[in-house]
Amino acid sequence: MADIEIRHRQGRFTLDASFSLPGAWTVIFGPSGAGKTTLLRVLAGLSCPTSGRIRFEGRTLLDTAANIDVPAGKRSIGFVTQQPALFPHLTARQNIAFGIQHLDRDRRTARVDEMLQLFGAESLADQPAPQLSGGERKRVALARALAPAPDLLLLDEPLAGLDDTSAHDILARLLSLQGSAQVRIAYVSHDLAEIWRLPAEVVCLESGCVTAVGPLQQVLASHRDRLLQQLRPPS
Amino acid sequence: MDLQALGLTLRLAAITTVVLLALGIPLAYWLASAHTRLRPLVEAFTTLPILLPPTVLGFYLLVLLGPRTAFGRATAHLLGHPLAFSFSGLVIGSVLYSLPFAVQPLAAGFRSVDTALLEQARLLGAGRLRTLTSVLLPLSTHSVIAAAALCFTHTIGEFGVVLMIGGDIPGATRTLSIAIYDQVQEFSYAAANRTSLVLIAVAVLALVLLYARRSNKEASRG
Repeated sequence: MADIEIRHRQGRFTLDASFSLPGAWTVIFGPSGAGKTTLLRVLAGLSCPTSGRIRFEGRTLLDTAANIDVPAGKRSIGFVTQQPALFPHLTARQNIAFGIQHLDRDRRTARVDEMLQLFGAESLADQPAPQLSGGERKRVALARALAPAPDLLLLDEPLAGLDDTSAHDILARLLSLQGSAQVRIAYVSHDLAEIWRLPAEVVCLESGCVTAVGPLQQVLASHRDRLLQQLRPPS
Repeated sequence: MDLQALGLTLRLAAITTVVLLALGIPLAYWLASAHTRLRPLVEAFTTLPILLPPTVLGFYLLVLLGPRTAFGRATAHLLGHPLAFSFSGLVIGSVLYSLPFAVQPLAAGFRSVDTALLEQARLLGAGRLRTLTSVLLPLSTHSVIAAAALCFTHTIGEFGVVLMIGGDIPGATRTLSIAIYDQVQEFSYAAANRTSLVLIAVAVLALVLLYARRSNKEASRG
């Protein structure tokens, strides 16, 4: 269980979010500019909120009142950004191994192989990162984020910009984690078609505020007209 | 051609370059990543030698390293000889004088690395040292080489600081630029010309190698 209570000011924008992540999968849904990426950055420890508290699995990651701010690398959180920031001087294998240097060589190799297989990227292992296509980069970035076995995996629009085949394949592989890996996933999207069938809880964000929380289908069904209206480009 | 001065100059430039990279890399990393009020002050002091006349820097170093100060007396006691008018003193002077030529390109190189990569390194548990050695330095090799080339060539050509701090002791502090000065004082223009051409050749060679490497890199990127 994760309890989140954040207030974060960034220029004119204010993110004021208070909610719990009860399930294994949580979709954070909202239009562009709602504060989804800001929320993920605060959760990951990359941005410090003006005030707030984050508790995850009984552990306090952030409590501004008590001056607690666990560094990003010690939160056990993986973060795959919209543009997967692979280290360009390393191969896919070396990228995935970056976060598990503390393991001995055999265990590290085995873990990297496991991750490559999980995301169907075995053939990419020795390719330099700059030579990978967009979809291949996403696979390697996911494998890299998951390799250290984080407790929480943050995915910021992980399927954005991918062709349908790659997107479906990556989503299926992510969904397969539900049965095999002990990891919670917070999945940011603004694409209703992409998230509609996910077995997840949803947190709807609008202009920095949480507008609805609950089982995804239920929330989307009851807010459908308003959400569609919200996602429609202004005429 | 004063071969002794040539050997001493190359040795001084090589040691100065190594010391400057060892000091400049952590300092540039701090300047590129720190967000404190102290940063502009440190940045100003590291850039100051570019603007200061070399004789001013040389004069204060001469005073600091000489017997008038406690520091000068302590180092003379420890080393068995004063730092002023010694090769070690020249290294200290050269390091301070060429500091901006190491720090500026290194800091610019570190700042040009995508912050998303540094954030990923943090998320994956890398501390500051590992981020520096595994991400920043491999992605800033051109800046490191540029800094090394600039420090080397700048040290080879320095005159004012060397003269103030080291004087003109053959085999100990007489560098090629001092040798040229001596040759001109003695009206040996032909010898001064030969020595000057050696200095020009070393500087041109270092810069051509640097720019050739850069153009190879750009060509390989397509």
